[in-house]
Amino acid sequence: MNRIKKLFQEKKNILSIYYTAGYPNLSDTIKIAEALQKSGADILEIGFPYSDPVADGPVIQASSKQALDQGMTLKVLFEQLKDLRKHVTIPVLLMGYVNPVLQFGVENFCKACAEAGVDGCIVPDLPMAEYEEFYQECFEKHNLSNVFLITPQTTEERIHKIDGLTNSFIYLLSSSATTGKNLEVGNTTEAYFSRIKAMNLKNPTMIGFGISDKQTFDKACSYGNGAIIGTAFVKAIADGNLEESISSFMKKFRD
Amino acid sequence: MKYKVNEKGYYGDFGGAYIPEMLYPNVEELRQNYLKIIADPEFQKEFHQLLKDYVGRPSPLYLAKRYSEKYGANIFLKREDLNHTGAHKINNTIGQILLAEKLGKKRIIAETGAGQHGVATATVCALRNLECVIYMGEVDIERQAPNVARMKMLGAKVVPASSGSKTLKDATNEAMRDWINNPVDTHYIIGSVVGPHPYPDMVAIFQSIISEETKKQLLEQTGSDQPDYVLACVGGGSNAMGMFYHFMDDEKVKLIAVEAAGKGVSSGFSAATTYLGKEGVLHGSRSILMQTEDGQVVEPHSVSAGLDYPGIGPQHAHLFKTGRGQYVSITDDESLEAGLLCTKLEGIIPAIESAHALAYLEKMEFKGGENVVVCLSGRGDKDLDTYIKYFNL
Ligand SMILES: Cc1ncc(COP(=O)(O)O)c(C=O)c1O
Repeated sequence: MNRIKKLFQEKKNILSIYYTAGYPNLSDTIKIAEALQKSGADILEIGFPYSDPVADGPVIQASSKQALDQGMTLKVLFEQLKDLRKHVTIPVLLMGYVNPVLQFGVENFCKACAEAGVDGCIVPDLPMAEYEEFYQECFEKHNLSNVFLITPQTTEERIHKIDGLTNSFIYLLSSSATTGKNLEVGNTTEAYFSRIKAMNLKNPTMIGFGISDKQTFDKACSYGNGAIIGTAFVKAIADGNLEESISSFMKKFRD
Repeated sequence: MKYKVNEKGYYGDFGGAYIPEMLYPNVEELRQNYLKIIADPEFQKEFHQLLKDYVGRPSPLYLAKRYSEKYGANIFLKREDLNHTGAHKINNTIGQILLAEKLGKKRIIAETGAGQHGVATATVCALRNLECVIYMGEVDIERQAPNVARMKMLGAKVVPASSGSKTLKDATNEAMRDWINNPVDTHYIIGSVVGPHPYPDMVAIFQSIISEETKKQLLEQTGSDQPDYVLACVGGGSNAMGMFYHFMDDEKVKLIAVEAAGKGVSSGFSAATTYLGKEGVLHGSRSILMQTEDGQVVEPHSVSAGLDYPGIGPQHAHLFKTGRGQYVSITDDESLEAGLLCTKLEGIIPAIESAHALAYLEKMEFKGGENVVVCLSGRGDKDLDTYIKYFNL
């Protein structure tokens, strides 16, 4: 059974943390992974940076730019992840845009992920139709899960289709927004979360975009199987001692 | 038609809709409706009425006598510079604003480089009383100041894009982010034949009026609707696609697309996409773009803001790859010289974008008597500052 499926069977209120590889320093990638696992993260989403991240707000744009300026590339990242599984045991996803994958070569990319022990990917600008036509076969060959996003505007028909293509979890966006907007759970968001919950999807759901504190995290957990935190974490590790920043950030969620 | 988009949204290997899920409902709504709406006789009537009475179409096809003498061929200029707002961009914005109304949208966003598309968008928003937000790179805001003032007078909000190279690519990123954050009542009027399917096809259809008229006018003036060459500059490629559209399937007509070489294709300051680029995905479609080995988009350079873009539309990538179109490039210096030459010979101050197409005439060899049509995509008023500085006027 894959690591992600196992996790969802064994645990509730799952906390997944996104961070940008190569930020704040080029060589922090593994250090952050270890510190996060130690302080209670359940899933790691390691972002590989892109020059034109259209789905991201200012904080992740800036961390991506800094990482690129410091020399992060997919090649460098896979080099850093060579001994990933000696350092962490929790599920790891790579998250980034499709063009770097295309240049690396889809087959090479999937192979490198599998060799490093990466469990899956989130590629926001790779839509379902393109995934099915050009990527699915290769992902499956290397046992990589592809995580799809859904928003309040995604139709039920499409959600069912996404559910059918998924074998890990579905990424539920709290609203249609770029990363870093704060989650405001009003009546419409609650209605949307309840609607998805009532669909009884075969895959678990993780709620993301705008989760920044214990309160929004708990709210998200009451509707989904857990939540994803990105911008708030990237902000928290901008400066200061890395290990300390991470452990004090994680304490807010894991007590 | 051989070079047209297929039912999956591709031109050969290029095209598609590489967009985040957040944009899917809007793009899908467009995809399902654009052909139906455009084909509706009522839409057609309103579109053509506005093109005639408001834009001033048909734009003249002018046989440039002194150019013709100089080059030994019949050089025709398709005068898109005479359109209301001074460029071809308004053909597309008129079409898209009518379409946005039919889809019930209340708010319009757009990106702009030279400011011509921004002005054309702000203009139709004033005309139809719709809210308008324009994203423009900080560098472009500085070098195209008169157009910024125009947009503001027209009631648009101009938002500076301060990421990356602070030019057209970054303005496009910001517009896409706006659309993600406003998923319900907003329509994004993309200004060129780029973006996710169906944008490249939709914009090409609206710009195809250029070659539709050219064919008729050539027939009247020369007795044949078949030129030997058509030329146009390529930023994203909308004026070129409009100029090529009705000639694409006639292999006897040679299609020449002129990119911006900037300070030279090997200088590191260039926007010659087909020369420097590789296949990849940018702004929602698979095409050719300038990028690093790692797939990071490279900052382009051109003296002309409208050509300062690291990609080209997917249909151009297809015409390039199949060899149907010839893709060439012209430097900053060559284009400015050509702009001055056009002014002196024909009394027309062209946009620096259009001057790139004119500059290529200098490099062509004619037997004599060929019919050559150059798309004069816009007028040079917005570029006077650049001309003044370059020539010490
Ligand atoms: C006069 C003029 N020509 C050409 C262009 C380039 O755009 P496209 O390649 O889409 O025609 C622009 C863009 O701003 C323009 O203003």
